[in-house]
Amino acid sequence: MKITNSKQGYGIVSILLHWLMAILIVGLFVLGVYMVDLDYYSKWYNAAPWWHKSVGMMVFALLVFRLIWAFSNHHPVPLESYKSWEIKAAKVTHYSFYILLLIISISGYLISTAKGAAIELFNWVDVPAIVSFSKQQADIAGEVHEVAAYVMAFLFLLHVCATFKHHFFDKDITLIRILKPVKPKEISK
Amino acid sequence: MRIFKIVLLALSLVTTSVMADEYVIDKKGMHASIQFRIIHLGYSWLWGRFNDFDGEFTYDKNNPNASKIDVTINTKSIDSNHAERDKHLRGEEFLDVEQFPKSTFVSSSFTMKADGSGELKGDFTLRGITKPITIYVSYIGEGDDPWGGYRVGFEGTTRIALADYGILKDLGPASKELDLFLSIEGVRK
Repeated sequence: MKITNSKQGYGIVSILLHWLMAILIVGLFVLGVYMVDLDYYSKWYNAAPWWHKSVGMMVFALLVFRLIWAFSNHHPVPLESYKSWEIKAAKVTHYSFYILLLIISISGYLISTAKGAAIELFNWVDVPAIVSFSKQQADIAGEVHEVAAYVMAFLFLLHVCATFKHHFFDKDITLIRILKPVKPKEISK
Repeated sequence: MRIFKIVLLALSLVTTSVMADEYVIDKKGMHASIQFRIIHLGYSWLWGRFNDFDGEFTYDKNNPNASKIDVTINTKSIDSNHAERDKHLRGEEFLDVEQFPKSTFVSSSFTMKADGSGELKGDFTLRGITKPITIYVSYIGEGDDPWGGYRVGFEGTTRIALADYGILKDLGPASKELDLFLSIEGVRK
């Protein structure tokens, strides 16, 4: 089993990172949308944000690792069947995901730490506040966090639609490449 | 001679009311605070304050009942020492500070007893809703300060119902009202 990426496909590390983060990020989005409207007397009023913040910071750590991994590794070459606009669109989407995730992570952190309080990372460590740039920090960061998250959700839908298109209409190995490391001969299919 | 006395008396009354001293709340030196407290779940008092406000009043110790006060609170400055809660409090469910950046109190009458306690009536505006309230005041003291000025200070408290000002978020049966505490020191103009 290949650990690193090759020109043909993704290695196991990239594949696991992709799916682990996909699950966590979808979960965070759903939890985030759900928790902001909770009643004060809801059982989840305190627990939901706690999980959201802890998992969110975990995703940020995974993101940093993923960026290092992605940029110090081969990027699988586009399939020959891809049209040039598809390659461009995929690249834009791909980078947008990274940038949005950075923005969402950082803005989320800035909401909770706006007044200097630390964020609990599970029951493990307190992540301290670093910056306090304005009296409106929590409000500005909150807006950014929300808007960026919805933009990312839209990109996510686009991403899923594109996957289906490649798998069921184009019948290429785009989806297969992110499900398991491919052997060189499979690439010609 | 009698007429002369009456005229003199009338004149002195007029001049005292005209001569009532004008004071500015000492915001520069922050010898003033506007705090609130509300019951949390029925188990404890949660305290918060407004960090930014302004006000002026007139006061004449020979005729305290002619005193008038005017206070403006910057609602964005609400501070309960918790970034996430303060963000909620600034939001639409509570103070809605984007739409209602100011809260005001304008006095209409004041009656002070010999012991220095008094009742200050006036209109309190919060979230764009104006209601008459009574602030229970006590006079603390007055005199020269060490820097060439003259100061007088009061303390006042009142209780308001959240629903009266359109704050309908359910915080529990014990938390439908809150107490406001005003502590002000005025510097004579």
